[in-house]
Amino acid sequence: MKIVFRQTKLLMQLFIASESLFFVALIIAYVYFRNFSDTWEASTNYLNVKRTAIFSIFLFSSSGTITIAKYALEKNKRKLLIFSLILTILLGATFVFGQVTEYMDLYNQEVTINQNIFGSAFFTLTGFHGFHVFLGLIILTIYLILTLLDVFRQRDPSSAFLAAEWYWHFVDVVWVFVFFIVYLMPLL
Amino acid sequence: MKLFSFEVPEPTEALPSIKSRYGILQWISSTDHKQLGILYLWVSLFFFLIGGFEAMLMRLQLAWPGLQIVSPQTFNELFTMHGTTMVFLVLMPTLIGLATYFLPLMIGANEMAFPRLNAMSLWMTLFGGLLLNFSFLAGGAPDAGWFSYAPLSEKNYSFSSGLDYYSIGLIVTGIGSIGAGLNFVITTLTMRIKGMRLRKVPLFVWMVFINSFLILAAFPLLNAGLVMLLIDRQLGSHFFLPNTGGSALLWQHFFWAFGHPEVYILALPGFGIISEVIPVFSRKNIFGYTTLAATTVFIALLSFGVWAHHMFVAGLGNPINTFFAAGSMLIGIPTGIKIVNWMATMWKGNIYFSTSMLFAVAFILDFTLGGLSGIAVAIVPLDWRVTDTYFVVAHIHYVFLGGTLFTIFAGIYYWFPKISGRMLNERLGKWHFWLFLLGFNMTFFLQHLLGFMGMPRRVFSYPDLPYYGILNLISSIGAVFMLIAVVIFIYNIFKSLRSGELAGNNPWNAWTLEWYTTSPPQLKNFETLPEVTSLRPVIDWEKQKVAQKS
Repeated sequence: MKIVFRQTKLLMQLFIASESLFFVALIIAYVYFRNFSDTWEASTNYLNVKRTAIFSIFLFSSSGTITIAKYALEKNKRKLLIFSLILTILLGATFVFGQVTEYMDLYNQEVTINQNIFGSAFFTLTGFHGFHVFLGLIILTIYLILTLLDVFRQRDPSSAFLAAEWYWHFVDVVWVFVFFIVYLMPLL
Repeated sequence: MKLFSFEVPEPTEALPSIKSRYGILQWISSTDHKQLGILYLWVSLFFFLIGGFEAMLMRLQLAWPGLQIVSPQTFNELFTMHGTTMVFLVLMPTLIGLATYFLPLMIGANEMAFPRLNAMSLWMTLFGGLLLNFSFLAGGAPDAGWFSYAPLSEKNYSFSSGLDYYSIGLIVTGIGSIGAGLNFVITTLTMRIKGMRLRKVPLFVWMVFINSFLILAAFPLLNAGLVMLLIDRQLGSHFFLPNTGGSALLWQHFFWAFGHPEVYILALPGFGIISEVIPVFSRKNIFGYTTLAATTVFIALLSFGVWAHHMFVAGLGNPINTFFAAGSMLIGIPTGIKIVNWMATMWKGNIYFSTSMLFAVAFILDFTLGGLSGIAVAIVPLDWRVTDTYFVVAHIHYVFLGGTLFTIFAGIYYWFPKISGRMLNERLGKWHFWLFLLGFNMTFFLQHLLGFMGMPRRVFSYPDLPYYGILNLISSIGAVFMLIAVVIFIYNIFKSLRSGELAGNNPWNAWTLEWYTTSPPQLKNFETLPEVTSLRPVIDWEKQKVAQKS
């Protein structure tokens, strides 16, 4: 295994581990406030679980399409690679779009970040996740452009792809936890 | 070295030697680990002067009861900025800088694993620090103590934008530190020279390696807390505001879950420096390499289970207090074992008291005192008695000055010849050492007593109670001694850079790999290296050469 690839692999493993702890802290805050205020009730009153679940499916399936892209990269199928990358970006963007409209709905119901502790914790946690998804979209777009420009014809693309791919899986897995804790747990 | 398959820009000119002239652009664009290491050290020195100036102002204000040299508000800003600056912008960058310079050299590599990430870490640290200090010009520095307890740090109690700068500045430097941590781990794992197994790296490398995991695990917690504080202050959320459903205690948990590992983040690389300096100046192998390495891991693991000992007065309840008291005492065991290891290394050694070694020995003594007062405040009832008094101030300074700063001085006197090619003046060094040692113990030992007498910290003035005036005066005079010592130290640096004695490759007859190359090393640290077979490769190779000649 080439040393650069090995280093990138380690870099992403450690970076993801470190970044996970950031989300763990935000999640702890969210769960902790349940003891003091009505965050759980507010969650069931204001959040549209079904709608978010549908948008979540877009994000989850983008993890599948990026795996197709990985397969295409390994087998040197350029068209399939570009197609699956575009599909991944579109799926991710749909999720972000869903989140933006969700925020707008909540705003119309007068749920804002400074209104109560539910708003504070909810918007901070989901907002930081959305921000990470957005960064992932930028990374994937850069990778797509580099592929379209044939930059990777002379250079080995595997490290760059690995970094983008793992990062994307990471934001996906974070959303599994966030969705479960914020949207589903109050219903249980 | 390739990163993401693109060529890494490497400086093409020769490395800083004192005689050649350098374009400032070349320094700014540099990705060379040696230049970045030097930049880290200059950045730390710059902030050290700022933090030291703040400390001197405080000691001046406290020199006698009832003085009015600075206002209470200014005093709040001074102790907040002094603590924050010294922890985040002086001690950490110095240790990271020394590691950036020497970790690749010590493992026989020519560069860090990610040179551009390395440069980013440096500049994030610098700009975070500048942001933090910019608050002085932007209406007032942060004033809620270096740990910024909520709700005191919230908008309704701290009106100026100081704490916003605090949050943003620390997030920026924190991201830089995480980058450095990633780089150290991966460099150590992937770029060691042939024959240097991970279990046989120099102890400095090992401790920086373990330390990097602490950085990676601790800083995200601080960043999360800071982000919430910033959103509280800027967007009006309620995280740490108890009256609107938030929890002030949560901030304490986040801060100290970061803050206590941070103490070890500042201590472990220092332990590493000591583990290099003491064997070289005792002309002996390190005693108990494996024990030193293993206890480092124990300390790292335990450091995440002790944070609530900062919160014994927060009312968490006896079971929690007992758990964290026990954890805090447990962590004294691996640290104590290390002390024994260093002393056993010196035992019957052929000790040469260079300034570096003097600082190492003083470290053992003063750090042990700091450790003992640490064990003392881990006892819950005693902590209730002395919390928020000068006893705690004395304890933290024995750990950070008598501990970390002494190791940094030891490291700088030890490695300066390699960095610059010239020796630091030993005579000035001895003056620096003795004045600093005297001043340090004068300033802070008496503060233990002041703490027991009940003098609260962080109060800008105090009444003329029995002994308060004289003890504080002695403490302030000690601070002046330290100031003189630091002036000598800085003079020594500039003087030695210009006209110091030439060092040669290996002035101390040391045996780790950095001494095998020229002083200062060329852009490429090593062309080729023989195989490393033991902990003392340079001595092995010299013996082989002699054997070949005869």
